Amino acid sequence: MLAKPTRKNVQGNAACALGAIAAGCKFYAGYPITPSSEIAEGMARELPKVDGFFVQMEDEIASMGAVIGASLGGVKSMTATSGPGFSLKQENLGYAAMTETPCVIANVMRGGPSTGMPTRPGQGDIMQARWGTHGDHPIIALTPASVGEIYSETIRAFNLSERLRVPVVILIDEAIGHLLETIDLTPPDPETLITRKWATGDKDAFLPFAETDDLVPPMAKPGDGYRTHTTGLTHDEKGFPTQVPEKGERAVMRLLDKLDHHAKLIQSFEVLQCDDADVVITAFGISARAAKRAVKNLRSNGIKVGLFRPITLWPFPHEAFQKATKNATSVVVAEMNAGQLVLEIERLVNQKQTVHRLNRIDGEVFTPQEIETVIQEIVS
Amino acid sequence: MSNQQHISAEEFDVRDYMRLELFPHFLCPGCGHGMALRAMMWALYENNISMDKLAVVCGIGCSGRLGAYIDSNTFHTTHGRPLAFATGLALARPDLHVVVITGDGDCLAIGGNHLIHACRRNVNMTCLMLNNEVYGMTGGQVSPTTSKDRYTTTTPYGNREPVFDACKLAEAAGAGFVGREVTMQVPTLKDLIKQAFDYNGFSFVEIISDCTEVFGRKNQLGESAEMILSQKAGTRPDSYGNKVDEPFHPNALKTGVLAMTGRPEYRAHMQPFKKEG
Repeated sequence: MLAKPTRKNVQGNAACALGAIAAGCKFYAGYPITPSSEIAEGMARELPKVDGFFVQMEDEIASMGAVIGASLGGVKSMTATSGPGFSLKQENLGYAAMTETPCVIANVMRGGPSTGMPTRPGQGDIMQARWGTHGDHPIIALTPASVGEIYSETIRAFNLSERLRVPVVILIDEAIGHLLETIDLTPPDPETLITRKWATGDKDAFLPFAETDDLVPPMAKPGDGYRTHTTGLTHDEKGFPTQVPEKGERAVMRLLDKLDHHAKLIQSFEVLQCDDADVVITAFGISARAAKRAVKNLRSNGIKVGLFRPITLWPFPHEAFQKATKNATSVVVAEMNAGQLVLEIERLVNQKQTVHRLNRIDGEVFTPQEIETVIQEIVS
Repeated sequence: MSNQQHISAEEFDVRDYMRLELFPHFLCPGCGHGMALRAMMWALYENNISMDKLAVVCGIGCSGRLGAYIDSNTFHTTHGRPLAFATGLALARPDLHVVVITGDGDCLAIGGNHLIHACRRNVNMTCLMLNNEVYGMTGGQVSPTTSKDRYTTTTPYGNREPVFDACKLAEAAGAGFVGREVTMQVPTLKDLIKQAFDYNGFSFVEIISDCTEVFGRKNQLGESAEMILSQKAGTRPDSYGNKVDEPFHPNALKTGVLAMTGRPEYRAHMQPFKKEG
């Protein structure tokens, strides 16, 4: 019998579903929305094979609620959506952040705002991914740039979510979501898959939201006898609502400190030919692929240009960015929105560096040529 | 259920199952929610449901705050969404006994869509909807069950909107078990909740509760005792059938078990997956 081929031609959205299964996801709740529906369809097909559960809920809000409910029950869970659905999920996403309930949300980005351009690619949800739900809250957002990376970043999203008890958003632009590429589907080494820490030991003394050394308290699994309370209200270490100012402040600050504490684990980025670069392009997702080709073409013409590609978008890998751009005089931010990531970049550059915006909101992807033209103008 | 145990009202001490460290509780004097909670805890005891294997999922509002007082696995979720959370939890963990506590605003207004689909889906859980005709926690605004002409802070000239009949809605949407009871007779309410707990599928119980502080006072309905007596007078046990009209109003709300079907529970539709080869 021939060994099962691990290299397959798959679509980006399908790779997300396969990555989730490989990561140990056992529950999916969703609602149909273009251009993400293939993720739900993939999960509906694959989950029963691994004794998992798929349910199509009545709306986007309910699907986010059901995902959190399943995760509170101890099961790795995810959902997928696009802009309008991502808006509807925000309240419950905040609940997951506040209650430290692991969950993964894939947002296949279309053109926006509102219903926008449902079948066209966009990168306009990146600030929403960071600040879409109210209040100060932790969130991780990942931006794969290829079908293979959708597979591997989906696995990483589950690992980060389980390890840190924080919701993880995978931002996929429609172009990558509907791209077909041949990728390696070798399942990850089971040793590398992370499952959240469960509460063990003394049941009476257990504090479900304790300030542990790594700032990630173990979770109590319902049925194990810990009988804990989970609430979106600001809560103390016992999990009960508090209005004591110091306790309330510490409860939220720990959530934020948690991501700072684990920044190295979370951050992922690609640096391409930045060492001697006068101009560094910053781009993610499909835009980074056009930028990569632009770097190659410009380098062959002797222009010193590099690429900084954040794979982890939030928290933004600012130190890595500053290191990659330390010799550059110009930074070009190419993104398919009217200028969102550039706001973060403008905060991070030094006074000698100039920032150039390159934006598209017409539902089309960048061509390498238009990036090259901008850079040629800058250097001339 | 074969493993039932019986205990009298005098012997059953609800405090044994409460998180007493959170007391005094936040309910207003005269609020009916405490009686509903006692009936629920009593039913859990008599049905021999372990507090370790119980999961209580609550929404937002006065009813939503009850969960915290129960010494069990308790989840205080988002406004209107407890049924969605509970659906995920019950599907992922069929070994848990899932109970949702919600209110008239939580369940019928902001969460109305989740209610009708929970009824349709018939996932095994019990939904206890505490109907006090008002948004109490936010200060007494009109709700989908506020009686006609009643005054609330957002109906200063009296309520002009018709009332939602939650039980008719639940039955029409396909809930396997539908019941209604007032809080006045806690043992009767307890017995109804026990039947709901026993039912394999989605069971819905409307508990007519009273809000004395922000609803009763504004409408001059008297103190708690007067309110629950008038609630009782406005209901008609379903077991009476059509035989007597007096002393009940002919169009009084029916109480008791209003619908019970043999619909298969959600998981019964799921065929075990046949692996290829």
